[in-house]
Amino acid sequence: MPVGTIAISRRRALLGAGGLLMAAMVPQGSLRATTRIVEDQTGPFAPNAFVRIAPDGSITLILPNVEMGQGIYTGEAMLIAEELDVGLDQIQIEAAPPDDAYITKALGTEATGGSTSTIATWTSLREAGAVARTLLVRAAANRWMVDPASCQTEAGMVRHGPTGRTLTYGELAVEAAALPVPTSPVALRDPSTFRLIGHAQHRLDGPAKVAGTATFGIDIRQPDMKFGTVAACPVMGGVLLHVDDSAARKIPGVREVLTIGNAVCVVGDHFWAARKGLEALEITWDEGVNSTVSTETVYRGLHEALQGPAIVAHTKGDAKGAIAGAATRVEAVYQQPLLAHAPMEPINCTVHVTAERCDIWVGTQVPMRARDAAAEVTGLPKDKVFLHNQYIGGGFGRRLEHEYVTQAVQFARQVAYPLKIVWSREEDLALDRYRPAYVDHLVGGLDAHGKLVGLSHRIVGPAVVARWAPEALLPNGVDDDLLAATVETPYAIPAMFLDYARREAPGVVTAWWRGVGGTRGVFVIESFIDELAASAKVDPVEFRRRMTGDHPRARAVLDLAAEKAEWGSKLPEGVGRGVALQYVFGSYLATVMEVELSQMGTVRVRRAVVAVDCGRVVNPDQVVSQIEGGLIFGLSAALFNEVTLEKGRVQEKNFNTYRVLRMNESPAIEVHLIDSTEDPGGIGETGTAAAAAAAANAMAAATGRRYRRLPLTGVQA
Amino acid sequence: MLTLQVNGAAHQVDVPDDMPLLWVLRDVLGLPGTKFGCGIGECGACTVHVDGKAVRACSLPASLVGDRPVTTIEGLAEDEVATEVTKAWLDIDVVQCGYCQPGQIMAAIALLKSNLHPSDDEIDQAMSGNICRCGTYRRIRAAIRNVAGAV
Ligand code: FES
Ligand code: FES
Repeated sequence: MPVGTIAISRRRALLGAGGLLMAAMVPQGSLRATTRIVEDQTGPFAPNAFVRIAPDGSITLILPNVEMGQGIYTGEAMLIAEELDVGLDQIQIEAAPPDDAYITKALGTEATGGSTSTIATWTSLREAGAVARTLLVRAAANRWMVDPASCQTEAGMVRHGPTGRTLTYGELAVEAAALPVPTSPVALRDPSTFRLIGHAQHRLDGPAKVAGTATFGIDIRQPDMKFGTVAACPVMGGVLLHVDDSAARKIPGVREVLTIGNAVCVVGDHFWAARKGLEALEITWDEGVNSTVSTETVYRGLHEALQGPAIVAHTKGDAKGAIAGAATRVEAVYQQPLLAHAPMEPINCTVHVTAERCDIWVGTQVPMRARDAAAEVTGLPKDKVFLHNQYIGGGFGRRLEHEYVTQAVQFARQVAYPLKIVWSREEDLALDRYRPAYVDHLVGGLDAHGKLVGLSHRIVGPAVVARWAPEALLPNGVDDDLLAATVETPYAIPAMFLDYARREAPGVVTAWWRGVGGTRGVFVIESFIDELAASAKVDPVEFRRRMTGDHPRARAVLDLAAEKAEWGSKLPEGVGRGVALQYVFGSYLATVMEVELSQMGTVRVRRAVVAVDCGRVVNPDQVVSQIEGGLIFGLSAALFNEVTLEKGRVQEKNFNTYRVLRMNESPAIEVHLIDSTEDPGGIGETGTAAAAAAAANAMAAATGRRYRRLPLTGVQA
Repeated sequence: MLTLQVNGAAHQVDVPDDMPLLWVLRDVLGLPGTKFGCGIGECGACTVHVDGKAVRACSLPASLVGDRPVTTIEGLAEDEVATEVTKAWLDIDVVQCGYCQPGQIMAAIALLKSNLHPSDDEIDQAMSGNICRCGTYRRIRAAIRNVAGAV
């Protein structure tokens, strides 16, 4: 299926059509390691929102998406620089200030998420560069009184071919600025002439990050700033009844104890004082209706909804009839847990509220929402709220939420000084907004030749979109994020019936999590495809290959991964090999994983081989990097992670109980990219989506039993 | 009043006895390169060198440091091994979000200073206390190997 139909609608759903807008960022660590505030800079030549060239020759590219590790600063700079004809060593990068110009049409929004950035900016940023270059060439041609067609550009200058004369972009800035911006589309470079796109470039944020000078939200320091840490009611929906702070106030360095409806903040001269103060508080909560919720409550509700009414989400042909007439019927129920994001940088936000303005320093994927929330809390007009977005120490969807900004502003408005609030890791896990738990029921029919003739599928779980961007819930009540990897597959499935029973999770707020519907759906579908293959007694790779029908790109990645992983070769005792094939975020991935199970029951992923067709690649090594990291992130969850509830409280406290894959547990990962001229697909979440299915299938191959519940090392049904 | 030797300079600080070195560095001395990740010695984000050894600053009370020299990511400018390590990191673009990387780099430098040619097992052992949520482990290991190869 081409990227564009379902893929775009899903992204729209994911990101919402709410007209989000990115607020001002304080960019850090450009090539020249400069730090500038966007609003202060105006260059004479700024033909569009993405390029600014000053007479002193400085060239600034303004990037619409936020950097949280995915390498997007570098990728987006490459898109502009390619057409502008400048080297990456000639530019400075800045993040976009709030302006309608930065709304990306394909998304209707300016949030960063859903692996959408490269897809959305692939054409628009190249056009921005091309327009600027066209004007610079015209300015030079005017000065020399020659035909613009006789001029070329290279590395930040215009050259007149016949005479060899040159002028730098800086020298042309003033004249170029006086020229009218072309209204008709300018020609873009032929891809065969790309100098940057498709050629590995070092990350622009690398030097600052290895030097430890990159500023994350948590590193902000303001004059007279004080440090706060918070405890919110550990049961969702609970409120503060009473706090006895007499002991806390005696702790050296504690300055203040602040309260809001459902949380307490201790303010001190440093985080340690605040933390000690918080521990010394005697807090009484009214825990409210969720104080009896347990993990069992959550799962029971989901399993119960396997029977009963549901919304029809997708039909193709007569799946139920086909299954009824099938030679073999295969059936399975899969369960996936609540998950936390646990980005390395704990949740934090620094706020200074005065009578005139509110300044916020934070790393957020949704700056506009955060800004608007602050305006509401403070009563200030939106244009008096200044959000300085910072490098994000891991997003994974957590920073698509902004409730921690609202909370910080609620506390900070009670004091006169800038207040930096840092959550402890314990608070981060206890008060996360979690990836939902889901239960899926699948029934498949195979004909006498072992061919899938019909697939019936029920999904039970929350509709994250209904809270996050309610206007994007489909008219029939389906969260179309759930159609990722389930309806949008790399297979030709002759008949399909999919319905959806919405069950919101009691006692928690659910949210986006890396890979969103793709991560959820690939585990279910690819596990089930394996079960079908086993039932048909066909090799899992061969079974998939036969189903790829009109998806040649899917077949190509499958064949490549199988070949590179030596699919079919002998493995030692206790080692299993599994495969997962997927089409999500507009990219095709085939993943072959080898998993080793010891007698003691420990599970180790030894090797992962991934073949990727994500269309035209902007920065190849960063694609590899995202797949590597995405897989590791997905494997932590697939193998170990489950957020559990008891008496409405999350039980996982820190990295000792919410286990994360470590270096000694990480597999060797090989990534093979297919040369492709298709438009770019998303990549940041694809590796995560692949992890659980490939690992589950490998474990099944090793043991001969199916793993239908995540985490894989947990109790199986 | 405590005197701490940090990055080659003596600093007088007036902090509680139980205050971990991490918060003295970050919140009192204004050295934010050393990161907070867990506060319980599980993630390695806060790794610094005390007397050349990799130490979890979140779990070491500043009052126990004494006159041993403390080095943070901000104090590496003159260090030869550190220069090689950061170069190796940049060569193969290890970083993603970058938040764990100061800790990873401090751990790697301490390893390489005690063992210039570590085996894969030794690398795993020295580095498995450092979590990277972005999953840059493969590249970290490769970068450490490259330093070992280069020196
Ligand atoms: S913050 Fe010290 S080990 Fe995690
Ligand atoms: S680079 Fe993000 S946590 Fe390691």
